[in-house]
Amino acid sequence: MNIIKLFISKEFRQFLRDPKMFVVVLIAPVIQLIFLGYAANRDLNFVNTAVYDMDKSGKSRELIRDLEGSGFFKIENIANNYNEVESDLDNAKVLCGIVIPDDFEKKLLSKRTADIQIIFDGSDGNKASIASGYIANILESFSKDVSIAIVDRSGIKISFTGNVTPETRVWYNPNLTTRNFMLPSIVGLILIIITINLTSLAIVKEREVGTLEQLIVTPIRPYQMIIGKLVPFSIMGFVAIILVLSVMRFWFGIEVKGSLGFLFLSSFFFMLSTLGLGLFVSTISRTQQQAMITSAFLVIMPMIFLSGFSFPIESMPQAIQYITYLVPLRYFIIIIRGIVLKGLGFADLWQEVAVLFMMGVFIMLISSLRFKKNLE
Amino acid sequence: MNSIEVSNLTKKFGSFTSVNDISFSVGKGEIFGFLGANGAGKSTTIKMLCGILEPTSGDAMVSGFSISKDPESVKRNIGYMSQKFSLYGDLTVNENLNFFGGIYGLKNERLKERKSWALKISGLENKENTLTSTLSVGYKQRLALGAAVMHEPKIVFLDEPTGGVDPISRRKFWDLIHDISESGTTVFVTTHYLDEAEFCNRIILINAGILIASGSPAELKKEYIDNTVLEITCRETFAVIEKLIPEDFTQSVSAFGNSIHLILKSKFSPQDEELKIIKERIRKLTGDIGEVKIEIIVPSLEDVFLNLLEKRE
Repeated sequence: MNIIKLFISKEFRQFLRDPKMFVVVLIAPVIQLIFLGYAANRDLNFVNTAVYDMDKSGKSRELIRDLEGSGFFKIENIANNYNEVESDLDNAKVLCGIVIPDDFEKKLLSKRTADIQIIFDGSDGNKASIASGYIANILESFSKDVSIAIVDRSGIKISFTGNVTPETRVWYNPNLTTRNFMLPSIVGLILIIITINLTSLAIVKEREVGTLEQLIVTPIRPYQMIIGKLVPFSIMGFVAIILVLSVMRFWFGIEVKGSLGFLFLSSFFFMLSTLGLGLFVSTISRTQQQAMITSAFLVIMPMIFLSGFSFPIESMPQAIQYITYLVPLRYFIIIIRGIVLKGLGFADLWQEVAVLFMMGVFIMLISSLRFKKNLE
Repeated sequence: MNSIEVSNLTKKFGSFTSVNDISFSVGKGEIFGFLGANGAGKSTTIKMLCGILEPTSGDAMVSGFSISKDPESVKRNIGYMSQKFSLYGDLTVNENLNFFGGIYGLKNERLKERKSWALKISGLENKENTLTSTLSVGYKQRLALGAAVMHEPKIVFLDEPTGGVDPISRRKFWDLIHDISESGTTVFVTTHYLDEAEFCNRIILINAGILIASGSPAELKKEYIDNTVLEITCRETFAVIEKLIPEDFTQSVSAFGNSIHLILKSKFSPQDEELKIIKERIRKLTGDIGEVKIEIIVPSLEDVFLNLLEKRE
């Protein structure tokens, strides 16, 4: 016990002397959070649009006004010819080009179907489909207005039959801001970086400078070394969580709806896996550089991609979906989103928590055995 | 009772035999030199003796404990210091001593007392709060030794402790080794520097995992080079060596910087007529290369080992 305490206090002293570590643990998470909070934003607040109005009629102007009035479209350019629309799209000045043909009003008034051309920049499919949804809505109500006006003018009295209007309510994230969805998962990312990356680096560093060799010939036991190394990094992990949650609360106004205790407990289970992985990486790397590259490219990146952090797991091919079951971050993201956004507790999340716990124990066991064997 | 008692120690890595059936013993308080070329099996042997590598067969008792049956007790009773500086550079001198002393169970008064001893022998009194990485190599080395023997082990293993250290610091370091051995601690040291080996009470030499010589420096010289050794100082040493090899008086010949050490086939007194004849023959051989100085010298350990290793090849 004494030796472990000695080891932990040694780790903290070394940590405090290393300004780089300080930055990685305390400043980087906050900066990452703030940047991601603004950058991880897939909401489309307005669509830059170029309009080439060949008709220049009352009806065509009415349509343009409706588009602008919707608040979703910002008319960047009233084009004078078709080429201008094209070049605006090419230069990504606008996301959407609208061409109104010169017989637009004539056709409408003669009760025929009037076509307009709408071109999207589909390089970001997500944005284009959101924008096309907006425009479809606006055109629908525009045509409805046109037909009502025509019917009114014709003097025929018709009564509209009842139709279905959806009344949608969005739960948990009423404004549908991506930020609310993304930020809680950052707790997971920060923990990964601190526990996998820093742990493996700290151990490999001892091997590199020769202190590990010295430790091996002392009576210190491998388990004491493992605990002595891992406890400080899990404490740093908790410090980082508190930091991230505070920034989330006081900067972005995202409150933790569920229990903090439960959040910390599941974070601890998650850290069992990631600390174990860090330990494992240290056993297969001889230099800090190797440890850095192995942890970043072979562990952290695949883990993030397969976790559902940025790409929804449901849209992955079936085979890949199976692989995601092996990724601890996948469960942790479900848990942390559940706790922060939905206020879920153990009753709702026990399955994920149980899997995470078992994975953690398993990974930690394997890595510890490997670490021990590696020392000999 | 001997400090270290090695019997038929063997270590194989797959089909490669790193240490092949070596036996020797080290007495209490001895300074014991363990010599051999790189890859001769020195590190493997040290690792086994420190209880961190299990032997394939054979055993050794280190300060009374079997390295194969009770390596943990072995670890508690030894100190170890390697060529690689193995204290924490980002801790202060004091913190390093606290840490390593603590690992060996030192605390309170005893820790304090041993710490001030370690500081004294490494010449770092009043520098407790210096960051270790800022010390010069000589200080670092002595501090590492201080940390390794702080818990007063019965044996301390020094694995090439003076690698990369300047001559003056090396000398100071060896003074320290003598002090430690005088206080009763057995010192087991490997080194590349054969002049350092002269400081040892006893030496063994291993080559390709096999023990090829053992004894005190004087014994070794006497046993393996009883014959006269001539030092020939001249220009074009390598050309001269080529000419000396086929001669009937030559047992072995090797280059030592600007001079040649020639071991003769028998022993001569300085006044011997035969020796004079040999000297003349050498002068003739060397021909027209300017001044040639020939002197009888006392062989060094280096002569012994080169001679031994050459015989093996």
